[in-house]
Order: sequence, then C-alpha cells, then structure tokens
Amino acid sequence: MTRRTVLHTFFYIILIALAIVYLLPIYLMFLTGFKSISQVDLKTMWSLPNAGLHIDNFVAGYKQLAPNINNSLMMVIPESILSALLGSLNGYLLAKWKFRGSNLIFTLILFGMFIPYQSILIPLVKFMQAIQLYGDIPGLILVHIIYGIPITTLIFRNYYAGIGTEILEAGRIDGASLMGLYRYIMFPLSAPSFAVVIIWQFTQAWNEFLFAVILTNQSHWPVTVALNNLAGSQLVQWNVLMAATLLAALPTLLVYLFLGRYFLRGLMAGALKG
Amino acid sequence: MLRRFELRLPQFLLAIALMLMGLVFILTLRSNPLVIADKNLTSLAVLVSGLIFYTGVLIIVSMFQSETVLTIALLLPSMVAVAIFVYGFIGWSVRVSLSQWKGLNPDYTFVGLKQYIALFNNDPRFIIDIRNTVVFTVGFILGCLILGLGLAILLDQRLKGEAIFRGIFLVPMSISFIATGVIWGWLMNPATGNRITGINLIFQTLGLKSLISLWHSSPQPWGMVFTIIPAVWQLSGYTMALYLGGIRSVSEDLREAARVDGASEFEIYRYIILPLLQPVTLSAVIILGHMSLKIFDLIVALGNKDIRLDVPGIYMWVTTFDGTNYARGAAIGILMLISVAILVVPYLVQNMRTETEL
Repeated sequence: MTRRTVLHTFFYIILIALAIVYLLPIYLMFLTGFKSISQVDLKTMWSLPNAGLHIDNFVAGYKQLAPNINNSLMMVIPESILSALLGSLNGYLLAKWKFRGSNLIFTLILFGMFIPYQSILIPLVKFMQAIQLYGDIPGLILVHIIYGIPITTLIFRNYYAGIGTEILEAGRIDGASLMGLYRYIMFPLSAPSFAVVIIWQFTQAWNEFLFAVILTNQSHWPVTVALNNLAGSQLVQWNVLMAATLLAALPTLLVYLFLGRYFLRGLMAGALKG
Repeated sequence: MLRRFELRLPQFLLAIALMLMGLVFILTLRSNPLVIADKNLTSLAVLVSGLIFYTGVLIIVSMFQSETVLTIALLLPSMVAVAIFVYGFIGWSVRVSLSQWKGLNPDYTFVGLKQYIALFNNDPRFIIDIRNTVVFTVGFILGCLILGLGLAILLDQRLKGEAIFRGIFLVPMSISFIATGVIWGWLMNPATGNRITGINLIFQTLGLKSLISLWHSSPQPWGMVFTIIPAVWQLSGYTMALYLGGIRSVSEDLREAARVDGASEFEIYRYIILPLLQPVTLSAVIILGHMSLKIFDLIVALGNKDIRLDVPGIYMWVTTFDGTNYARGAAIGILMLISVAILVVPYLVQNMRTETEL
C-alpha cells in the first residue's frame, strides 16, 4: 500500500463515520416509524423492527397531522409560484435596467431578508387584524410572499445578471420594448431559476414556524406548528411522534432528494455573492 | 425626464378600462365583503383590484418613452410592500418600544428608553438570554466553520462517492428547525435508569457510561452548549458546501505550480487555499451569525419554552403574546434587530459599493 492509499482509507473512515452521525436522526425516524406498536420500547429504540414492517405509526401520525399538512400545502403552493413571478420581474428590472439609485434600492430590499421577524411582529399582527387577514391561510400566504421578495429578487437578479446583454440588444433592434424583452427573451430563459426559487420558497414556507404560530389560529395551523404542539403534549406516544415528524419533513426531504441540485443553488444564492 | 409621449389608442382604452374596473371593484368591496368558503378575502380582493388599476397605470406609463420611469413604476409595488412591511413596521415597533403599552389596548404614551433600561438593569431573564445567545452564537459559528471546512477539505480529495457524501451532509438542511428540535429532543433525552434512551442508551450499551449526559437539561451554561449540537448538525453541511465552492474555485494551475515548487498537499492548503477562503469565511460568519442571533424555532422545539434555554426570540414572543407587555416585547425585538444590523449592514453596504463600481 502506498502512502496515498493509506491516507485515502483514513479519509474514508472519517467520512463514513461522520455520514453515520449525520444520518442517525433520520434513521431513527424511519426505524421507529416502521415498528409495530407492541415493539415500541425505549430499551430497544435502536434495534431493527422484528416481525415485519408496520405502518401503524404513520397512520396514527397522519391522523394527527392530516389537516395541517393540507393547510401547509394550501399555503405553500400558491405562495411559491407567486413569489417566483414577482421575484423574476424584480430581478429582471434590477439586473438589466439599472438607474441612479437602483443598487441602493436593491440593498434596501435585501436588508429585509436578514431582519429578525420579532422586530416587526407586533405591527404585523395589528395590521393583519386590521385588514381581516389574521388567523387564516390567505394572510399567511401574503406575508410569506412579501417577506420573500428580498431572496427571490436576489436569486433572479444574480441569474439574469449572468445572461449577456447582447441578446437583449438584438431584441431591441428588432423593436421589442422593455416588457417585450422580458416576455419573449428573458422569461423563456428563466426556467432553471424558477425551479430554484420555487423550490426555495416551498422549503422555506413549509419549514417556517414564527409567522405560522403567530398569524394562524388552531384550525389553520400549518404542519410545523401542529408538530411542535404534538411534541409538547404528553398524550402522544413517542413512536407516533417520530412517524409524524417524518411525515412533516417528508415533502421537503423528497424535494431535496429529487431536486437537490436546484435546492443547493438556492442555498448558495442566500450567501449573496459568496 | 419624459422625453416623448406616444399615444396608442387601443392600449390607452384598455388602460382606462382596467383602471375603471379596478376602481369599481374597490368601491363595490367597500360595502360588500367578499367571503369565500368561510374566508374573508375582502382585503385580498382589494389588493388584486388595486393591482388591476395599477396595470392600467403601467400601460399609460409605458407610452412615455422612458424606460427608467417604466422600470421604477414596475418595481413600485414591491418597493411599497417592502417599505411598509419592513421599514414602516420597524418604525412602528420602535414607537411601541418607546411607549408604555401593556395590556390588550394600545397605549402609545411616550416613556423614552424606559423599556430598554428596564431590560438591562432589572431583568435577570434578559441577561440570561444575552448570555445564552452569546454562548450559542460562538459555539454554533465555530462548530459550523470547523466541521464545514474539515468536510470540504475531505471532499476535495476527489474520493469516489464524493457526491453521495456531499448529499448526506446536506440532508439536514432540507428539514425544519422544528423537526430537528423534535428529533434531537429525543436523541438527547436526559432520562436515566430504567427510562434511559436516545444517545445515552447507545453510550450505555457501548459501555461508555462516563459519556452519559443530561444534555440540554444540564446546569447552565452547559445546557445551552448542548443546543448547539442539533444546530451544527443542521447547518455544517451548508458551511461545507460554501467552503467546497470556494476551494473548487482555486485554480488547478495554482495548485500545480505550488506542487512543482515542492509544496506538500498540507502546505498547499495552509498557504494557498486557506488564505483564499477568507471571503467565504466572512460570508459564512454573517449568514450563520444572523441565524443564531435570531434563533427561535429550534430552541422552542428542543426546550419547550424551558426558561434555562431562553433566548431573546422566545422571550419576545412570551412577553408580547402571553404576557401582553407589548412595549417590552417590542424593545426586545428592536434589540435583536440592532444586533443583526451590526453584523449585516456593513456587509450589505460593502456589497453595494462593489456592485456600483462594476
């Protein structure tokens, strides 16, 4: 064995050990979820399910969370699509039609992405109550779209900035207007960026907790609020809780599994220019 | 500014029609609330009507042959939304924080910095919050940076299965802080004896009894230290991805040149790659730092509002919505904002300057 193979073996051992640690919590969710009720015992929480795979826990967990999963879906789907459309328009304008002060406006918009929402929470609640959008999903959609403007604008702006201006100039010679250039040139080129932004907003809104817990009442709770509530109650068995947690995390886990490439790009865009 | 106005009659008529339509809708909605399936959607309908009206305005604006004016007009709705929901609300929160509003009815009587002084001078809970936030922030950032950089360097060795490992380390990023908190709450279960479980059970089975821990139920400040573990679990993969991107952008020519000059792999990392990664570290510190200064959901799910694990984000929530001390809650929110702003604003300004130079 050369020195290099020894070194590589060593690296593999570290990586595999770390990978096990990283996957342990997720492994536990699956493991517990598939055990039969009779096999649920704290002592054997790490052992594999014997006597076949059972889905009782998932059924029980789903019964607990079904209305909330539905609420989350009702919120996240329109929210992510509208966010992306708005972000695309803003990104196009701020990337390709710079004017005096446009960078300042962009920076002022970006700041909105970093603020702790506790600093706007009281006015937000009072405002939503005043316009009668407090307590239900439509209000939550509106709030997510508005506070999503910074990140969606950022991702689209960086994407459009990478598209050469030659193509726009060619379009202008053919007589296209500002919106015509967007409609016929930029928008058709934006599919990858739409994927990134929709997936990003989907994941963010699905996982979000603060707005959800403050702005909705119990019958309209999204899944994160319901899960937190379930975890805090003494009535739920922990195996059902693990199954419910997995169910609550499943949509975003699946998105990551199948569309990870786009998810990663959204993640990187959040770091500004890095 | 407005160079020329070019009237195009069909479009002009369309614009007028849209504006009228928007106005009629708004006027109708004033007296007839719109309720669909038990949801009062009047305000949303007003918003949509307003946007219809504004579309008419935009069509007329586009007839002035000035692209700058049109650009600003198109950006205006988003700008107004951010101006109100971010800056307007911050201003409103500041006003609440300078008042004595306690109880459900707003009371904007100006009392100056009383709430802030009270937080720092005679509120032990807030002092605990600050200590917890500092402990959490320092540990979380260091943990993510060290682990993230280590993982990135390991993955940079062009080993087989690199993509799989990278994927595994990023899995936690896709799930919510709430789910993370719930799972880790079980893994770090402090029960002992017959009810021993989670990681403690693994330690017991492996005979590593000395490692059995009370985890986040330990006496302070150690309890808070353990909340860092799930946070690092969730975000070290992200830090790794940032670093890996940085390392991969160091040109292979540069590395090769160093190798020719007799540098070892270790020296290449130490003297070439690490110094070039400083901007990545800065970005990572800012992103992770602003997250940890406003950490909220993870601690809620993990600690179930355990006062020993309190952070300003939770205290603000409890003070405002459970204790109805709005003025005090607003002051906590504004202090959180200031701490984040100190970290983020210089970075944003710097970013803007380099943009403007381009």
